[in-house]
Amino acid sequence: MRFDACTGPSWASKSPVDPIISITGLGKTYASGQVALRDVDLQIRKGEILALLGPNGAGKTTLISVVCGIVQASAGRVLVDGHDIRSGYRAARKQIGLVPQELSTDLFETPWATVNFSRGLFGHPPNDAYLEQLLRDLSLWEKRKNKIMTLSGGMKRRVLIAKALAHEPQILFLDEPTAGVDVKLRREMWKLVRGLRDRGVTIILTTHYLEEAEEMADRIGVINKGQLILVEEKRELMKKLGRRKLTLLLREPMAALPPSLADWELTLGAEGRELEYRFEAHQEGTRIPDLLQRLTEQGIGFTDLHTQKSSLEEIFVRLVEGDGP
Amino acid sequence: MNPRGIWSLYRFEMARALRTVWQSLAGPVITTSLYFVVFGGAIGSRMQAVDGVEYGAFIVPGLLMLSLLTLSISNASIGIYFPRFTGTIYEILSAPMSYAELVVAYVGAAATKSMVVGLIILGTSALFVPLRIEHPFWMAGFLVLTSVSFSLFGFILGIWAKGFEQLSFVPMLVITPLTFLGGAFYSIDMLPPFWRQVSLFNPVVYLISGFRWSFYGQGDVSVGQSLGFTLLFFALCLGVVAWIFKTGYRLKE
Repeated sequence: MRFDACTGPSWASKSPVDPIISITGLGKTYASGQVALRDVDLQIRKGEILALLGPNGAGKTTLISVVCGIVQASAGRVLVDGHDIRSGYRAARKQIGLVPQELSTDLFETPWATVNFSRGLFGHPPNDAYLEQLLRDLSLWEKRKNKIMTLSGGMKRRVLIAKALAHEPQILFLDEPTAGVDVKLRREMWKLVRGLRDRGVTIILTTHYLEEAEEMADRIGVINKGQLILVEEKRELMKKLGRRKLTLLLREPMAALPPSLADWELTLGAEGRELEYRFEAHQEGTRIPDLLQRLTEQGIGFTDLHTQKSSLEEIFVRLVEGDGP
Repeated sequence: MNPRGIWSLYRFEMARALRTVWQSLAGPVITTSLYFVVFGGAIGSRMQAVDGVEYGAFIVPGLLMLSLLTLSISNASIGIYFPRFTGTIYEILSAPMSYAELVVAYVGAAATKSMVVGLIILGTSALFVPLRIEHPFWMAGFLVLTSVSFSLFGFILGIWAKGFEQLSFVPMLVITPLTFLGGAFYSIDMLPPFWRQVSLFNPVVYLISGFRWSFYGQGDVSVGQSLGFTLLFFALCLGVVAWIFKTGYRLKE
């Protein structure tokens, strides 16, 4: 399956935006034989926040690693601002900052030394004013002379962000930026990412939290088992993914739905002991009160009820089966 | 070219050594001083001069070589192994640096460090024994070539190693015996003919011999052979490094 969101119908009415990253036919098979990416096509637009959503092991990190030059692709092509990541790797990589998932830092260094190192490594002349502002923005300025090993986990993650931004990249990859991060820090992270986007930085983040993708992204790409299942505008996707299910445990089992409920999209489950109602969470007015009232009028008693969100796994299964979310 | 990148990485590696400057310098200097106290002062005075060179002075080139080999290998191997181990290598691999630039930075820093320590040991030895260097230009050449070649070798080791024990395995179980048996403390001409022939298969013999020649004008093998062998080893390591980067061996999946 291929989705080209830039030319897709939802964008037909808008002016086309040049992709800053263009991925075509990307595949990666590890030496172990494990297929991590399969024929991935993706156009990332300049200045957007794109969330790559998928379960663990879906291929998110591999995708990022290929674009950043850490993993060699087995097939396909990646252009970063028009530069091929193989033949034009210098120009391509200069535009990219990467914040890895693991907190891998030089523990004996100070934040100040390490951001200077990162900036130099990417070929930029020293710029104390820029780096000072960067550390201030990330609330690291006070700690600039402390060894990184003495900093908290949240601060270490911010050091990694500072390192990734030290060379003023146009594109920032954040691999699971909020994994293992508390709620307060997560909010700060989201704020920071939005601030960067406002400055024109294109941001690609991976997550396995639907909520995070919903909170942050302009567009969401769903990736599973190495395949990019779809890429859509967040609003469109949330409509599809936001489906919920109300289950009512009936007092008396039913053999079939009574005709009086025919105008409701209901199904019977658990051999007639459960009544299921599927609805869109984002729809205005879920009609649940109406349904309950109707059931009472019909004398259909129930002992308990619960609602359930579609889990990511369910969504993936349906997407892969082509059943539509 | 990304000269700024090379410089940053080189400085980073040098800074790592400066953080542990006492460990980096004091260890080798104390160890070598002990050798001179024992072999130069205590035992050396009862030993015959070797080919007209006082024993304490005779062992200087061999001891220097031992330090150069061990330090170059450990500096370079840890330099590249440590980021692999901690995961910080992601940044190096994602930087706009060519492989040749990475090698220049890592190997350059490792070789610089071992040369600095080598010169300090040389200075220390001058305090204990009468030293003379007949061919200073050649001495410097061997110093640089050996440090760079074995730093390359250490770099390869650091990429190959899967754990810290493998890192210390090669210097301890391969380099140290080869150096001790390579004529660091004796001339291989002192050996019975059979063992002299066997010694000629020990590559370190050629390194020590050439180095000693640059000090005292005499060696176990001709200086041409020594130079030829050192250059061969250098070329071999360069070839392996080129292959590593071409295939991404243990660096890129």
